[in-house]
Amino acid sequence: MSVTVDTTNGNVQDHSMADGGSIGSINNLRSIPAIEFRDVELAFDDQVILDRVSFTVRRGETKIVLGGSGSGKSTIINLVLGLIKPDAGEILVDGESIIGLDDQELMRVRKKIGMVFQEGALFDSLSVFENVAYRLTEEGVDEEEIEHEVERMLHFVDLSDAIDKMPVELSGGMRRRVGIARALVGNPSIVLFDEPTAGLDPPTARTICELAIKLRDLEDVSSIFVTHEMNNLEYLSSEYAIVDEKGHVHYESEGDTLCLINTEVIMLRDGEIIFSGTDEKLKAVNDSYIHKFIRGK
Amino acid sequence: MNPISRFLIGLQEIGSLIGRMLRGLTKKPRYFGEIVAQMDSIGVGSLAIVILTGFFTGGVLILQAYPTLQYYGAQSNAGQGVATSLIRELGPVLTALMVAGRVGSAISAELGSMVVSQQIDAMRALGTSPVRKLVTPRVIALVVTLPLLTVAGDMFGLFGGGIVALQIYGLDSNVYISSVRAGVDYQDLLGGILKPMIFGLIIGLVACHRGLHTTGGTVGVGRSTTDAVVVASITVIIADFFLSKLLQGFFSSTMF
Repeated sequence: MSVTVDTTNGNVQDHSMADGGSIGSINNLRSIPAIEFRDVELAFDDQVILDRVSFTVRRGETKIVLGGSGSGKSTIINLVLGLIKPDAGEILVDGESIIGLDDQELMRVRKKIGMVFQEGALFDSLSVFENVAYRLTEEGVDEEEIEHEVERMLHFVDLSDAIDKMPVELSGGMRRRVGIARALVGNPSIVLFDEPTAGLDPPTARTICELAIKLRDLEDVSSIFVTHEMNNLEYLSSEYAIVDEKGHVHYESEGDTLCLINTEVIMLRDGEIIFSGTDEKLKAVNDSYIHKFIRGK
Repeated sequence: MNPISRFLIGLQEIGSLIGRMLRGLTKKPRYFGEIVAQMDSIGVGSLAIVILTGFFTGGVLILQAYPTLQYYGAQSNAGQGVATSLIRELGPVLTALMVAGRVGSAISAELGSMVVSQQIDAMRALGTSPVRKLVTPRVIALVVTLPLLTVAGDMFGLFGGGIVALQIYGLDSNVYISSVRAGVDYQDLLGGILKPMIFGLIIGLVACHRGLHTTGGTVGVGRSTTDAVVVASITVIIADFFLSKLLQGFFSSTMF
């Protein structure tokens, strides 16, 4: 027997009951995708970067974007943030089209989004504390509240001891985790990961994936996870996080009793989506490029 | 892309940078702390090289000019010559060139490194405008501190000239000082303050523009830094000519 578990739905019911609001209205809100691409096209000079790309990221869902170098994966993330504008098509964040928004309005949209960069992109001149506190400091939040929030986030990424260090003193994996903590400040409902495990050793890469799983299953965060590493796909699409009675987080694999439905894969090739679906379907698809990508030969 | 198109696009981008900077000035946050920090880094940090440049430029002016003036029996006008050259032209231009070399390169390299390491993207992703946070404080700091540095350079230039005149040529100090005072009028002082403000704007905008448009990794950072210094220096020298002409016309029409 197979039982389908969607952590998202569980959270909806709890939340609506706590607030005393109607489940229907919240479900309506949740029916609006966190991110939606509609026939997005982008080209630099004669080079096509994205060709009529359409996909949806539901609330609480992780969309893994696979593809080789130069396939347009990171461009998708830059488009969601409004750092570049598409030539055609529409991009919606929380149901709001971000095409045509000016810088000021984009800043408002960006506040809903956390971004984890490939190399962490920490500000070199600021300490770990100042990096993580950056968004709150800019918003003029009270110092005590900043301190509390930074400590909470560094605890989430298990880096409480590094609070006073400078980025130059951190290892590659620590930099990425600080980057994740910085992205999560302000509790964004959407988090974008741009190849966060590139160049990391396997255990550290797994730690980063576990953080993404924790966000998906325990924090109800919608995310796009750009990667070209199959290990990441394996972790994200087959493991889930649960909390035991003592409050400890455990990671378990889906199997006969449970199947994750909040993680899907899209695969890009030369700016086109050549696959969209679950990891099981990806492995079963009959396409030589995908086979080669998955198996390396 | 041909050089003319590149030049026009560069001009358009700098125009847009000015526009965004001015729009940003009308809204919060304004980053006063950052402006003060930049003034310290740019102004106080550049003081030593500006003083040295001014001192030895003043000294060499007297060293070269005095024998000729003595030949015509006009050695009592030595101070006037140094004051006019320094305050009108050499002070503002040499200070601007020194600052373009030291500060322009540093700004371009810093912003360029931030671009290639995605720190600028991170800043935008975190809801901060890099123009407001990085460009505006640096440009304002340059516009404010460059005139002050120029005044310091001029003072030490006159001092250096005086030392050479007194120690090497035995000119009386009172003669030198009265000659300096006779050689300087309000037009010179005003021009000597206005020009560095424009030069500060040029250096700041060129350095920030080159830095923010860095492409091509660490090699690109080096290229942007070189471009920033070269373009800012040449633009300062060209602008000096047109500003001098403009100020000349303005002062003669208003009979200041």
